[in-house]
Amino acid sequence: MDLWRGRRRQQGDPWPDEAPLVLLRPGRHGPVIHAANRAAQEAGARADARIGDIRALCPELACVEADPAGDAARLRRLAFWARRWGPWSAADGEDGLVIDCSGVAHLFGGEAALLARIEADCARAGLSARAALAPTTGAAWALARFGPARAIAGDARRALADLPVAALRLSPETVLLLRRLGLKTIADLAAVPRLALMRRFARAPFAENPLLRLDQALGELAEPLDAPEPPPEFIAEARLAEPVQDPGDWLPGLVQALCAQLAAGRQGCRGLRLSVFRIDGERRDIRVAVAAPSREAAHLLGLFQGRLERLDPGFGFDLLRLAAEAVEPLAETQPGLEGGSAGGLELARLVDRLVARFGAEALQTPLPRQSHIPERSERAGPALAEPPDCAARPDRPLRLLSPPEEIRVLYAIPEGPPGAFIWRRQTLRVARHAGPERIAPEWWRDRPDTRLRDYFRIEDEIGRRLWIYREGLAHDGRGGAPRWFLHGIFS
Amino acid sequence: MTLHPFPARAAPFGRAAHLAALLRAKLTAPVLSEAFGAHPLDGAAAGFVLAALPVGRVLWVQDRLSRAETGAPFLPGVGRALLRLELGRAQDVLAAMEDGLRSIALAGVVGELYGSPCALDFTASRRLALRAEAAGLPCWLIRHAAPVADASAARMRWRLAALASLPDPDDPAAPGLPRWRAELFRGRGLPASVWEMRHDRAAGRLDLAPFAGDGSVAGAAAPAGRSMAR
Repeated sequence: MDLWRGRRRQQGDPWPDEAPLVLLRPGRHGPVIHAANRAAQEAGARADARIGDIRALCPELACVEADPAGDAARLRRLAFWARRWGPWSAADGEDGLVIDCSGVAHLFGGEAALLARIEADCARAGLSARAALAPTTGAAWALARFGPARAIAGDARRALADLPVAALRLSPETVLLLRRLGLKTIADLAAVPRLALMRRFARAPFAENPLLRLDQALGELAEPLDAPEPPPEFIAEARLAEPVQDPGDWLPGLVQALCAQLAAGRQGCRGLRLSVFRIDGERRDIRVAVAAPSREAAHLLGLFQGRLERLDPGFGFDLLRLAAEAVEPLAETQPGLEGGSAGGLELARLVDRLVARFGAEALQTPLPRQSHIPERSERAGPALAEPPDCAARPDRPLRLLSPPEEIRVLYAIPEGPPGAFIWRRQTLRVARHAGPERIAPEWWRDRPDTRLRDYFRIEDEIGRRLWIYREGLAHDGRGGAPRWFLHGIFS
Repeated sequence: MTLHPFPARAAPFGRAAHLAALLRAKLTAPVLSEAFGAHPLDGAAAGFVLAALPVGRVLWVQDRLSRAETGAPFLPGVGRALLRLELGRAQDVLAAMEDGLRSIALAGVVGELYGSPCALDFTASRRLALRAEAAGLPCWLIRHAAPVADASAARMRWRLAALASLPDPDDPAAPGLPRWRAELFRGRGLPASVWEMRHDRAAGRLDLAPFAGDGSVAGAAAPAGRSMAR
């Protein structure tokens, strides 16, 4: 009803509040009332009543056809509008919105202030709303429709106890059945032994089972919120007269069109999705991501290079859609006088190209980490991170083998590196060595039986400089004889 | 006087000094160069390439086999900003290097290939060489376990092996500053020559001296000692 009134107001002739008005929808025996305004409700109009009966009560009643599909679409749009109060929201039924506002209430000055704000914002938009806040979707549904105004429930069981069973999102038939059984409030229902209820409603579908609905409302049964993604704002489409198999010819034009849209809106995107709609009723997507927001057509087009071959076109497709994802404001930048752009941007471009082509897991930017264990002294950082200035340590190898390779000692020397050892069936003789450098296990991170390592820098007869270590000591009680490993190669 | 200082063993002093200065300038030039490693456990090629690269971020591309056989560059030992890329196929390595050469955010591009993959033919190396010269970035190709030096458009081709290190001033039993035997067996505008290089990473110094090693090495290198000026 609010939506209809708002549409009417937009058209320029608002409906007077004192004139009774109902919206009609087709019923089983002729049109029935879908919704009624306040004047019509005072005259006796109820939802689902037949229009003939109500006309008899109130002859001056005005009737308009309802538009349920349009209302549902408007409710879905309203769900995105409601994201201002919480990160996840979805339309719920014909007349509800669910908003997940966990941890956002303090931004509005508390939960009560959040509910007041929601109702005030809805009133400004011409909507009458009842808001309630509860730990579960089911409890919030019940409180918004059957509870006090702006109800806030900390404990769902106590807040729901006095509400009628209709607050459990059950159909009228089930509510009637429960009333005949003498179960009027939710407290009555909760007092009945579970086994008896379960046996009585064993055949009922999920949405009609009062026990499961009660569990959902009390939070004992999970009810995840399916929040839809908002539709992309920037889209370029190409509709083809005949199905084709290769999108390569249309892609440059689509990227150009999309970048022109983005430039007009002073936006940049951090990802692109190319969807091809196949004639056999399937859709295939290719996504590329950008490290820094961009609307540069040549760069974005280059990211699709090598990806189109892996697209499965089936018997061909007749619609291509290119959508910009994760759109961010991007101001115009002045290129440098010599024609180049900033170094940071150039690095982002390079990372984009490499990641788009070879995958994000192939590219690593090592950053130093405070740890003496060599494998842990570098960590994978974000590709665009500016590494802190770290000087090369002369006692660390240029290259690290992962995992370390075990070597077999031929000629052991007590308290020192081996005199000779075998690495992959090749014998290496140690000519010079330095060490040991003892690196103890990190007890706060390692297993209790991890052995310490004694590292040696060695050089063999022909000058190969290697980093080897002995794992453990002879009688440290953490395993058998110590083993030797080759871990790194010096320059 | 010969163009190359090496076979006479008593190197013509002024000529060698001039050539060393020329080589040091050429090492940082924005061209494609190749460095052949002698052995998987020989860090001379990687150390030489790192010593020759200018300061800045380096894109380091490896194929999977060279990563598994010779390890990955290790940040505390390398001590400069790295973008490491590990790829499965040799043609991917070459494509990634070409991509890196289009960016001005890098100081250099290094690729490592194991063996002699089919993808690295003369055309591929020519593409890399042209791209490196167009971008003004030094590009190095490290070749592990390459049996023969096949046709390549690299402007400089080095063969590197480790030599016994300099004595450590504090501990005579410890390995000291690294020393390499670097053989330039092909270079545009450069005579083929064999050098002994000493690298002091802390001071950032790379010393070149004509190689005066044992006779067996010199004899083996002599047939290659010919001017390769093209």
